[in-house]
Amino acid sequence: MAIEYLGLSDINGPLIVLEGVKNASYEEVVEFVVEGKQHKKGRIVAVDEDKAVIQVFDNTDGMSLQNTHTRLSGHPMEIGLSLEILGRTFNGLGEPIDGLGRIEPEVVRDVNGLPLNPCTREYPRNYIRTGISAIDGLTTLIRGQKLPIFSGNGLPHDQLAAQIVEQASLGEDSKEEFGIVFAAMGLKYDVADFFRRRFEESGVSSHVTMFLNLSNDPVAERLITPKMALTAAEYLAFEKNMHILVILTDMTSYAEAMREISASKGEIPSRKGYPGYLYSELATLYERAGIVQGREGSVTQIPILTMPNDDITHPIPDLTGYITEGQIVLERSLHQKNIYPPINVLPSLSRLMKDGIGDEYTREDHQDVANQLFSSYARVGEARDLASVIGEDELSETDKKYLEFGACFEKEFVAQGLNENRTIEETLDIGWRLLHILPREELDRIDTKILEKYADAEESRQ
Amino acid sequence: MSVTGNIYGINGPIITIKGNLGFQMSEMVYVGGQRLVGEVIALNKQETVIQVFEETTGLRPGEVVEGAGSAICVTLAPGIITNIFDGIERPLQLIGQENGAYIPRGVSVDLLDKSRRWETKVCVKCGDVVSGGTVIAQVPETPAILHKVMVPPDMDGMVIWMAEDGSYTIDEPLVTIRKPDGSEQQLTMTQRWPIRIPRPIHRRYPADRLLVTGQRILDTLFPIAKGGTAAIPGGFGTGKTMTQHQLAKWSDADIIIYIGCGERGNEMTNVLEEFSKLTDPKTGNLLMDRTTLIANTSNMPVAAREASIYTGLTLAEYYRDMGYHVAIMADSTSRWAEALRELSGRLEEMPAEEGFPAYLASRLSAFYERAGYVENLNGTDGSVTIIGAVSPQGGDFSEPVTQNTKRFVRCFLALDKALAYARHYPAINWLTSYTEYLGDLEDWYGANVGADFIPCRNELLHILTTESRLNEIVKLIGSDVLPDDQKLILEIARVIRLGFLQQNAFHAEDTFVPMEKQLEMMKVILYLYEKCKSLIDLGMPMALLRENRIFEKVIAIKYDVANKDMYKFEEYHQMIDNFYQGLMESNA
Repeated sequence: MAIEYLGLSDINGPLIVLEGVKNASYEEVVEFVVEGKQHKKGRIVAVDEDKAVIQVFDNTDGMSLQNTHTRLSGHPMEIGLSLEILGRTFNGLGEPIDGLGRIEPEVVRDVNGLPLNPCTREYPRNYIRTGISAIDGLTTLIRGQKLPIFSGNGLPHDQLAAQIVEQASLGEDSKEEFGIVFAAMGLKYDVADFFRRRFEESGVSSHVTMFLNLSNDPVAERLITPKMALTAAEYLAFEKNMHILVILTDMTSYAEAMREISASKGEIPSRKGYPGYLYSELATLYERAGIVQGREGSVTQIPILTMPNDDITHPIPDLTGYITEGQIVLERSLHQKNIYPPINVLPSLSRLMKDGIGDEYTREDHQDVANQLFSSYARVGEARDLASVIGEDELSETDKKYLEFGACFEKEFVAQGLNENRTIEETLDIGWRLLHILPREELDRIDTKILEKYADAEESRQ
Repeated sequence: MSVTGNIYGINGPIITIKGNLGFQMSEMVYVGGQRLVGEVIALNKQETVIQVFEETTGLRPGEVVEGAGSAICVTLAPGIITNIFDGIERPLQLIGQENGAYIPRGVSVDLLDKSRRWETKVCVKCGDVVSGGTVIAQVPETPAILHKVMVPPDMDGMVIWMAEDGSYTIDEPLVTIRKPDGSEQQLTMTQRWPIRIPRPIHRRYPADRLLVTGQRILDTLFPIAKGGTAAIPGGFGTGKTMTQHQLAKWSDADIIIYIGCGERGNEMTNVLEEFSKLTDPKTGNLLMDRTTLIANTSNMPVAAREASIYTGLTLAEYYRDMGYHVAIMADSTSRWAEALRELSGRLEEMPAEEGFPAYLASRLSAFYERAGYVENLNGTDGSVTIIGAVSPQGGDFSEPVTQNTKRFVRCFLALDKALAYARHYPAINWLTSYTEYLGDLEDWYGANVGADFIPCRNELLHILTTESRLNEIVKLIGSDVLPDDQKLILEIARVIRLGFLQQNAFHAEDTFVPMEKQLEMMKVILYLYEKCKSLIDLGMPMALLRENRIFEKVIAIKYDVANKDMYKFEEYHQMIDNFYQGLMESNA
């Protein structure tokens, strides 16, 4: 049925122009056969009557205007899915690369997905215990949330992500099925291998589906990788009732790939050369997290991005922050102080936290303790600034207390071991112990009743 | 009859048709076999350019484009309130019931429920002369809102037939009028209006009535007038959406139109859930009974995002015409501006600053100018207040959307990252925010709250600005070296910040504070300041004043005095007097 076209009109980087095509549709997948042996895939990104612009998910080396056969597939980019994908590894286009053969698809899905109707979403409320104090206590992760890690090159975001995955899944109720979908975009081989080893060591690898586009893999493929992964995640969550944690790393490479392709298409750039639709594209990925009414499963996303030059106002972290429901920010100066995880709690935030903590979910004093820790730690910054100008000795008694509190907060609350898994009670009790360093009248964010109950208990313990 | 053409080129949401086939500018079109909704945005002899409000995946050149013959319109009739629509007024709840969890492309549903029968009371009789805006029937749309069915603005004539009172659907005729040219016209509950054209009014009033929000920093320091415009800019995580939610919940508008423009899906779900449970403190009705949601989340098609703002505005103007005070929450106008930029880029227009099109400023001004306190065509008064969130890139207020917005709004509520980091909410920076409405509202405050309101407010702001000046010194040399009278200012400013400006949206009493309580709180704080100042003037050290923990007690007023227990403020004045007396006696 399908017509094959011989030859091309134009090749420019990953973009190919084909003329004289009939019935090409927007976003349709095409297959190329180069020299009768090499197979490549591409996607139509613009159509003008009989001229189609095709983006190739591979390098275009070896293709010439004469030696290529092109066949239109008649459908957009799709992925075949079944429960077999658990424990398997695919490339960025959803083809198995672990040598275990093809999977027998139960369903075939369009990877572009469709927007989830806000009326059929369920507002996420159940918190996920990660066992990490800075996250559980101050930026609580909620099932169905999208909570990115804003990091920098050389910071231990990979260790943190792996620890979250391990501890969150180990803590799960045994009746509920969990799964992990891991999408690597432009990742270094070592990092991908690190994750694979960690998953194996912790015994979760039979629940992990990996989509790997490494840094030497084609750039255009990178644009499709997260869509593959999220389509798989949606399938497992909403059709197989699993709780899925999706790790997307590194979003910066994804955005860079988009810029590269956009530039080669000759599009008008907006900020820092990124295309104007960067926000929309990121949103179509991030918004695929969530819970659907009447379905058991959930998709929780932890995207990781490295902020270029540690700049949180760079378009990639900036636009991400506007879409995601909070962020966990890693800070180089904490890392230099040898604090792991180096989470700077002040710019970190979980927007869904307020509805997933408190009496019914964690503990009644959770919100108050969190507010007070944030507010006091913000004050620590002021005291430190002042100390750097006038010297520590000249500080008022209260400010000295704040310095002490700040140091203890970083060492005892934020810092913890690579395998340390704290309960929420432990986390909050550490919080109370630290707040006890400060004079009682400085605790102005805590409800009087809660303050009496817990601070007095802390007093008697000491 | 209707114009048709064939698709020539496709590039994202933009499609082109070769040649000039007679489409009109801004005409609504149906594209392809799935009949995707689109709009004509450019015409020339060579081609017609159309933006499609849905994903164009799978469209092919050659598919048919059919013109609808009219501009893109909203349908106006009972059934709008409590509903949740997408950017072009398609009901999401109905789409959810028919199509499941995801929104497919090319869904065709009735915009408003055509089968529902509404209890109708006809208010005109034969022989009445009616013109645009005349109320012909009344329909209780929700417990909170009486929907007034009006003659469309561009029509007049004499009533020659009317229906009995009873229950009707939105498409059944209620009244027949004979127009001046002798033709007859049946009127139903339904009218249609193009979203990009403001609905006509009789005249505009100055904006001199306060939109009471129950949020202290707004009502007291930076008030918004009914029919006014306000912008809330802030980087991510500074609480734009929380502030918008608080305003949508507690402001004393009759109707709230909440436009989620390019924002998170979960947020809309949250509004939907929460508003269906919360009750309006003034009327006891559910908040949802006065709210309409427009949801174009960030993953929905970008062209519809651009339209969603206008859809919301037109719905607001329609209810304003009935004599209601409507407040629009637009979250966020930056996403709308970015949608303009994206479409402009696809059209290969010449970009201005940061890739935004050169017409960004004129579009923004046209948007904000649709706000106003007006006399309607039918003689009633109504208002549309626009409160737009702005999401500046990188939290930098010098970017084009914030700067251009600043030119067209009269109240600017700058959210501050440092305050948000310290979890001081609402994180509105009192030094960089401003309002131009204060002068206009002076009489209103005098008549409705108290003549001493404005002086108290100014005094409060004065203490806060003095604090910021003193803080500059403190940053260099520490607070210990300041003289006691300046230490007192720092202490009182702390009381104002923690006890007055900071407001807890999750606290049952503190989430909404009536004007009277705001005034009394100010008075107590200023009274404390006055008394402490005279103690300091007598040479008493600040440390002595702090011993009594009186500052903490005043800070806790917001939690300790319930909104209905206004009598308790007397006790605080008494307490301050006792404190003063006590210190005077023990240290005399």
